[in-house]
Amino acid sequence: MTKSILLVGVGGQGTILASKLLTNGLMEAGYDVKMSEIHGMSQRGGSVSSHVRYGKKVDSPVIEIGGADILVSFEKMEALRYLNYLKTDGRVVVNDYEILSMPILSGKADYPGNADEILKSKAQTTILDAIGEAEKLGNQKVMNVILLGAIIKAMGLEEIDWVAILRENLNQKLVDINIEALQTGMNLV
Amino acid sequence: MKKLMTGNEAIARGAYEAGVLYASAYPGTPSTEILENIALYKECIVAEWAPNEKVAMEAVIGASIAGARSIASMKHVGLNVAADPVFTFSYTGVGGGSVIVTADEPGQHSSQNEQDSRNYAKAAKIPMLEPTDAQESKDMTKIAFMVSEEYDTPVFIRMTTRVCHSKGIVSCDGREDRAIIPYIKNAKKYVTVPTHARKLREKVATREKKLLDFSNATDLNFIEWGNKEIGVISSGVCYSYAKEIFGDKVSYLKLGFTYPLPTEKISEFCSNVEKIYVIEENDPYIEEKVKELGFRCYGKNTFPEYGEMLPEVIRQSVFGELLPTVLYEEKEVVPRPPTLCAGCPHRGVFYELGKRKNIFISGDIGCYTLGFAEPYNAMDQNVCMGSAMGVGHGAQKVFDMVNDNKMKVVSVLGDSTFFHTGLNGLIDVFYNKSNTVNIILDNRITGMTGHQENPSSGYTLQGEKTFEIDIENVVKALGFKQVVVIDPNNLESVKKALDWALSLDEPSVIITRWPCVLKKLSPEDKNEFGELFSAKCFVDSEKCIGCKKCLKTGCPAISFDKKNKKSVIDSVPCVGCEVCKQVCPVHAIGKVE
Repeated sequence: MTKSILLVGVGGQGTILASKLLTNGLMEAGYDVKMSEIHGMSQRGGSVSSHVRYGKKVDSPVIEIGGADILVSFEKMEALRYLNYLKTDGRVVVNDYEILSMPILSGKADYPGNADEILKSKAQTTILDAIGEAEKLGNQKVMNVILLGAIIKAMGLEEIDWVAILRENLNQKLVDINIEALQTGMNLV
Repeated sequence: MKKLMTGNEAIARGAYEAGVLYASAYPGTPSTEILENIALYKECIVAEWAPNEKVAMEAVIGASIAGARSIASMKHVGLNVAADPVFTFSYTGVGGGSVIVTADEPGQHSSQNEQDSRNYAKAAKIPMLEPTDAQESKDMTKIAFMVSEEYDTPVFIRMTTRVCHSKGIVSCDGREDRAIIPYIKNAKKYVTVPTHARKLREKVATREKKLLDFSNATDLNFIEWGNKEIGVISSGVCYSYAKEIFGDKVSYLKLGFTYPLPTEKISEFCSNVEKIYVIEENDPYIEEKVKELGFRCYGKNTFPEYGEMLPEVIRQSVFGELLPTVLYEEKEVVPRPPTLCAGCPHRGVFYELGKRKNIFISGDIGCYTLGFAEPYNAMDQNVCMGSAMGVGHGAQKVFDMVNDNKMKVVSVLGDSTFFHTGLNGLIDVFYNKSNTVNIILDNRITGMTGHQENPSSGYTLQGEKTFEIDIENVVKALGFKQVVVIDPNNLESVKKALDWALSLDEPSVIITRWPCVLKKLSPEDKNEFGELFSAKCFVDSEKCIGCKKCLKTGCPAISFDKKNKKSVIDSVPCVGCEVCKQVCPVHAIGKVE
């Protein structure tokens, strides 16, 4: 049975590294893996998404609307934007973090004030403060690996040797803090 | 060895394994990473950014004639630029095998149009392969080189955004070392005067027949029999979407070699299934062939004419419904459009241009196209790479036909776009004497596609120091007398330059020179611009009168606190470019050193 994980956020938040680590781990574990990203102008502060699919044999690299087992959002409003990708019994993990887009910055629109309630009323939702936890560990940038830890736990992928994956793919100086970050994320869901 | 790769990385790997010696490209989403990844094999492949796709193509033709396997890569609209040499390269054929990768953009994620490169294959009579995923991207690149040499023809590979940017597991092999084929002069093959070209035309006609046989025989076009009530014909990533929706029950004809199309295989398939769906992105290219062969099928009458044929699109078209999902009010979600970065050197120019009346701003392709949007609204048109000055010239000629014309054209493009094809437009301005203002936004790099070196950056793709073409000297050498170079972060100098240029009775050029805020600075940059900005700006809320003027700069670091009616600067994205500081009427914006 193919599983689908949708990672969303804002350009520059580190969704791409998180999905790279995730897909490498899944491949090492013997799954067939497909992953799809949209680049381009999104790196100028636009909305970004990474589709990750794994199973015995995966066809489409893209998750169908209504096909995601889990939606992991690095930013709160982005979770709302992609909610229709979720299966009716799908799960949402969302970073308690807001990035204001241009219409909001310029005062033309308001950031959705009740994002938490909407998400909770629509799906099983875990809101976690990945930035705060990352700061506690001493580096805001490990936020993405905290969220990766949350995905691993939520999808029941703890058996994979993630420490080895971190060692293979990260700068050696950053491995230890990221191992801690991964564990932190796993404990948050 | 197995690796997770994108389609673009896999094309690069295929080129490496096929023994390619020379590669050239001009960056363009979604094709850019093909050459960037080929460049990683620097011990054995010469990889270069060309000024545009036509030159990349020409250099690849030269490398092929000189006996090496060579590859050019470009986005779909880049193939329009390269089309002229491509059509005749089809006639001459190759020395060393030669492959042209073109990346289409169904759904227009980062492009100004949707076009189907398969029409180019048909028009130029060049065989075409269409991979579905990363593994096929690698395998087909190697096959393309074999076809190229065996049939004496360049070969197209048609990618699409999802194939370029989707990862899959790829088995990698070693490199096949291929010696350079010794060059032997052969004017009848390579000098395309009409006497030779007519013979070459005959050769192409014969080649087409042989390629049709190949297309019918090759495993690149294969049938998977399931039940015969439904038969799906598909190519590229659409095949993987179709499998997702129809599963293994129905029958499939999967087309990997799509020019020439395998007429016999299509007929065999269509004769054996009851209901035929043709699922393809962009034009009804396969569908037309199916109908020409006398079969009824469900194609564009069932699926959308344009956009991506994503799984949900197929499901909706065939079954009339989507998967059940979580519903929510879409209007609660605020759009997140791309914006000029905090510290972007284009900001000052568009801030000043947006305030002017009676100007027609002729734009171009790059990050600066965002000048069209709120809060600048500072662009009237953009059509294709390098077009700003040519379009601006024509517009000015017509504005001038109107009595008491007040409209003046300001054409705007970037440094890399200027060298791409913008230079020709500027020549037209000068030669045919239109009184336009021409702005070259020199941010020292090719920005939007992710920072590629270009002819004025002073470095090659491999990071080697090279000759730097000085834009000011080029413009003056064309004959322009009215030329200034300014710092775009200094609003006073932008304003003065515009006042000056708009008052002239002859064409002028304004060059803004400041590096992209995301650029990794070279030693030369550091020497010229210092360490750039080191301090951050902040709003003194005691002084701020809440006039929102700073918001008009469109900087993503500035927001408005509705409760306190004051502007706020987020110190994380702010780089301290001071554009907002110059705009504030009450000097409420300061700088922390």
